[in-house]
Amino acid sequence: MYNFEINRPSTIADAVKALASDEAQALGGGQTLIPTLKQRLASPETLVSLTGIDEMKGICVDDDGRLCVGGATIHADVAADGRYPALSAMASHIGDPAVRNRGTIGGSIANNDPAACYPAAVLASNATVVTNTREIDADDYFQGMFTTALEEGEIVTEVKFPVPEVANYQKFVQPASRFALVGVFVAKFSDGVRVAVTGASEDGVFRWTDAEAALSDNFSADALEGLSVSADGMMSDLHGSAAYRAHLVKVMTGRAVTPAA
Amino acid sequence: MTKVSMTVNGKAVSGEVEGRTLLSAFLRDDLHLTGTHIGCDTSQCGACVVHVDGKAVKSCTMFAAEADGAEVATIEGQANKDGSLNVIQAAFKEHHGLQCGFCTPGMVMSAAALLKENPKPTEAEVRDYLEGNICRCTGYHNIVKAILAASGQDVPAVAAE
Repeated sequence: MYNFEINRPSTIADAVKALASDEAQALGGGQTLIPTLKQRLASPETLVSLTGIDEMKGICVDDDGRLCVGGATIHADVAADGRYPALSAMASHIGDPAVRNRGTIGGSIANNDPAACYPAAVLASNATVVTNTREIDADDYFQGMFTTALEEGEIVTEVKFPVPEVANYQKFVQPASRFALVGVFVAKFSDGVRVAVTGASEDGVFRWTDAEAALSDNFSADALEGLSVSADGMMSDLHGSAAYRAHLVKVMTGRAVTPAA
Repeated sequence: MTKVSMTVNGKAVSGEVEGRTLLSAFLRDDLHLTGTHIGCDTSQCGACVVHVDGKAVKSCTMFAAEADGAEVATIEGQANKDGSLNVIQAAFKEHHGLQCGFCTPGMVMSAAALLKENPKPTEAEVRDYLEGNICRCTGYHNIVKAILAASGQDVPAVAAE
């Protein structure tokens, strides 16, 4: 690792101030960033750790019934919460127990790894991403692999999840890394179904709108029968071809609908 | 350099660290607590698992500066006060839950975290909890047996399915 200074602010305001410098970078739980630093793929002059900011931790329910998860909340705490069961189940299968005790929701969605689980939950739930300056709809937040609507120095302080009537996340695990080879989060609300897919596309997490329309009419795996997913734009590597990933999207969507229905 | 202070195995310690100093390096190189092993240094193998404020973490994937003010527990603090093996360590010995022993500190620390959270885990829950602890010798069966024994439960004759 190249060396850097570490700054540990205890308030969001101090963190924003510390991140104003061009060479400063935010550090969440570090479960992705620290391995990246070890490989010298990043070389910030200052890391601003967000793990000492109490106002960014914890889970509550707001007046609209949304589950509000602080940006520095660890995966283990979301897993243990249970008020949005599909979200807790998803969080309980990220990485391994020690990773879940450090990794945070804000870190995950700020990084927007194309194979991460959280982006699928945020997009399928039509969640709102709250930052130190504004609120961003999930549909506007995710802008491609490792790319988000966040400006330089902007911090994810909270994510507000509308809680669906039923929901389920199914992950086809890449057996070495345990990341999602393909993961599908299905969320059924009173006004329709949303389906978000991670791990598959070169553009990162995306909504499978054909499946959303079919499932909004008939919430059962049978509704997917006539549909297919194009392999164009799907990732292809030694773990799975583009066609294989495209096929898995449909299979995993069906598996997510069956237990949710 | 930054000054950090923390409690390690009940003892107040402090030291000067660089920003990039990992908790694992601080424990081993500054405090000479070399029971915390560095296997892969890429967050995968779990030989470096310690407890920070009661939670199991990979000490190679956390900066020492982030542990400032924390309570850290390592394998060196696990034995009973009289120096005898604690119930988990004794079970690893009894059930031969190790061969080369390199992964053992992390296994014992993960096992302690599991049993605190879930005092009577099923075999499947033990295996699931050890997802982030890699052992290249044992095939895990005796480790699983040891953890079940440490939880006070009957140990299946053959842990494998």
